[in-house]
Amino acid sequence: MIPFTTLSAPAVPLRLANVDTDQLLPARFLRKPRADGYHHYLFHDLRRDAEGRPREDFPLNDPRWADAPILVADRNFGGGSSREGAVYALVDHGIRVVIAPSFGDIFYSNATKNGLLPIRLPIEVIARIWATAEGDPTAPLSVDLAAQTIRLPNEAPIGFDIDPFQKECLLGGRDDIDLTLEHGARLEAFERGYGQAFPWRRPATPA
Amino acid sequence: MSGPLTLFEKIWRDHVVAERADGQSLLWIDRHLCHEGSFHAFDKLARSGRPVRRPDLTFAIADHYVPTRDRAAGPRDPEIATMVRLLDENTARHGITQFGLNDPDQGIVHVVGPELGLTQPGITLVCGDSHTSTHGAFGALAFGIGASEVSHVLATQTLWQKRPRTLRITVDGALSQHVTAKDLILAVIARIGADGAAGHVIEYAGPAIRALSMEARMTVCNMSIEAGGRAGMIAPDDTTIEWLAGRRYAPKGAAWEAAVAAWRGLESDPEAAFDRELRLDAATIAPTVTWGISPEHAVPVTAHVPNPEDEPDTARRAALATAVDYMGLAPGTPLTEIAVDRVFIGSCTNARIEDLRAAAAVLQDRRATVPLMIVPGSSAVKRQAEAEGLDRVFTAAGAEWLDSGCSMCAATNGDMAAPGERCASTTNRNFRGRQGLGSRTHLMSPAMAAAAAVTGRITDVRQLISGAGP
Repeated sequence: MIPFTTLSAPAVPLRLANVDTDQLLPARFLRKPRADGYHHYLFHDLRRDAEGRPREDFPLNDPRWADAPILVADRNFGGGSSREGAVYALVDHGIRVVIAPSFGDIFYSNATKNGLLPIRLPIEVIARIWATAEGDPTAPLSVDLAAQTIRLPNEAPIGFDIDPFQKECLLGGRDDIDLTLEHGARLEAFERGYGQAFPWRRPATPA
Repeated sequence: MSGPLTLFEKIWRDHVVAERADGQSLLWIDRHLCHEGSFHAFDKLARSGRPVRRPDLTFAIADHYVPTRDRAAGPRDPEIATMVRLLDENTARHGITQFGLNDPDQGIVHVVGPELGLTQPGITLVCGDSHTSTHGAFGALAFGIGASEVSHVLATQTLWQKRPRTLRITVDGALSQHVTAKDLILAVIARIGADGAAGHVIEYAGPAIRALSMEARMTVCNMSIEAGGRAGMIAPDDTTIEWLAGRRYAPKGAAWEAAVAAWRGLESDPEAAFDRELRLDAATIAPTVTWGISPEHAVPVTAHVPNPEDEPDTARRAALATAVDYMGLAPGTPLTEIAVDRVFIGSCTNARIEDLRAAAAVLQDRRATVPLMIVPGSSAVKRQAEAEGLDRVFTAAGAEWLDSGCSMCAATNGDMAAPGERCASTTNRNFRGRQGLGSRTHLMSPAMAAAAAVTGRITDVRQLISGAGP
């Protein structure tokens, strides 16, 4: 995956709570091969009206934010279905950072495995980012993963929390399977001991 | 971990392969279930050239996209046919057991896993589907994962996890007549919100939980994810052990005896501390229905559609207005005056045999006045229902009695509501467009859904049964 280090770029404000993964990627597109790119389907049904025309009031349809790589939303972003396609849709569209007060746990984990940085921040900070972006859509928001900060123009940096493991994977663009296989000897020892300690946990052979 | 432990902590402790200083743990995974939507994960594995480490611990079933009509002909949509074929090929290549489209054990993965005894107390179980929380009903640590994690499990039989926090929800008292596990969990979600349990594993406890059947416990744990919970679990007891005895993949003979002895101690120690606690009284819960576009929009059936103007917080007022508008409702309307266009009884939440019995009890000698689809949770549930004559009750009531799959819960197999249509549904998500583009979903229990099918509107099943209603 592409490493994430720093980014200074415009942020698109999405004043919506409970943006579930069905909204990010409607289920009917989940069958599509990734090779075609999932950006075609990002927010597919929220972006369009009943007749399929782009809704002018949807921020991602606003030409001023067409290329903004930072998305800033309200609470419980990415709740619902575990579909990793929701992350593919954001990433293929060019989104590198999503900021929200809270995230669906599975979405959060999926994001970190695809080079998409999820940042939890209090709603007060998010409201300031929304207001700044709406006042000046070109205003850059600076994100520094190593320092764990974001910075609005003319403001002091604001810290955010991230799990050290997920930070390491994002910074290095590392596949966590590689990391796991570094523990190969340990895993083999565990597997032997575990099978002896809990023999009934293996599926019984059907009669 | 030492001292008194919670059920979750006991399971976690057993499964830690390695720990990093930063708190991440590499967890052993006992059971992995996959479905035809797992093709992204198999693709990723193929690109890395890695083998499946333990094919004996993964089981596969096609459920999300499968046709519920004319099953023998297979999927007509070429993209769906490809997904089903890829699951066949991927499982064959890696030596993974699959219950195929026409296998007698086909069904929704979260219904079949328990039926076959693959789900057991004390194990870790994962699947690339958020409703994997269902399996926690057996005292397993079960949670949904994304495609990258599915490929990680296939390659290593482990997952990196940060230890979640714990939340105990104790339900005192007893549920009233015609109030079900579905009403209970909807009431919990309304209370704590759709992200109320984010980052937490929920343990459900208390007399009202102990009194639930396994089927009902699965309904409760299934919807833990709708409260944002990482997992939901219930300590095993006699109900669990009796339910598992004799299941195909459950332990046999001496292994069964050893397992039962271990399961008996698998509960939270009396002094164990939870990060959060919530108590509620089962007697205060009424048949519960959602009016909006998030499972947290759940209210007693006796309530009214909320008026966004009553909400002081600006952001929340706007969100309520959006929900009321999407649902095409007038604020203040009694829920029981909302007409429905169709009814769906199915899904991993509510399509087990008890759910179908509850629906049949309402539909007996009554007729549906709107289209009613009934999709059993598994092929085994379908056979059982037919052996009990439930299918005859359903068809006499005018319902469509179909083959098992996710069907109109995920609406990915072609079963869906039309734009603007209002569906009373026993499923788990009332998200915008979940049951088809522009569809409107009201979540409720199987008995309530059956009652809505009879009257053509949202109905308090207690009134229908007592004769006070139509």
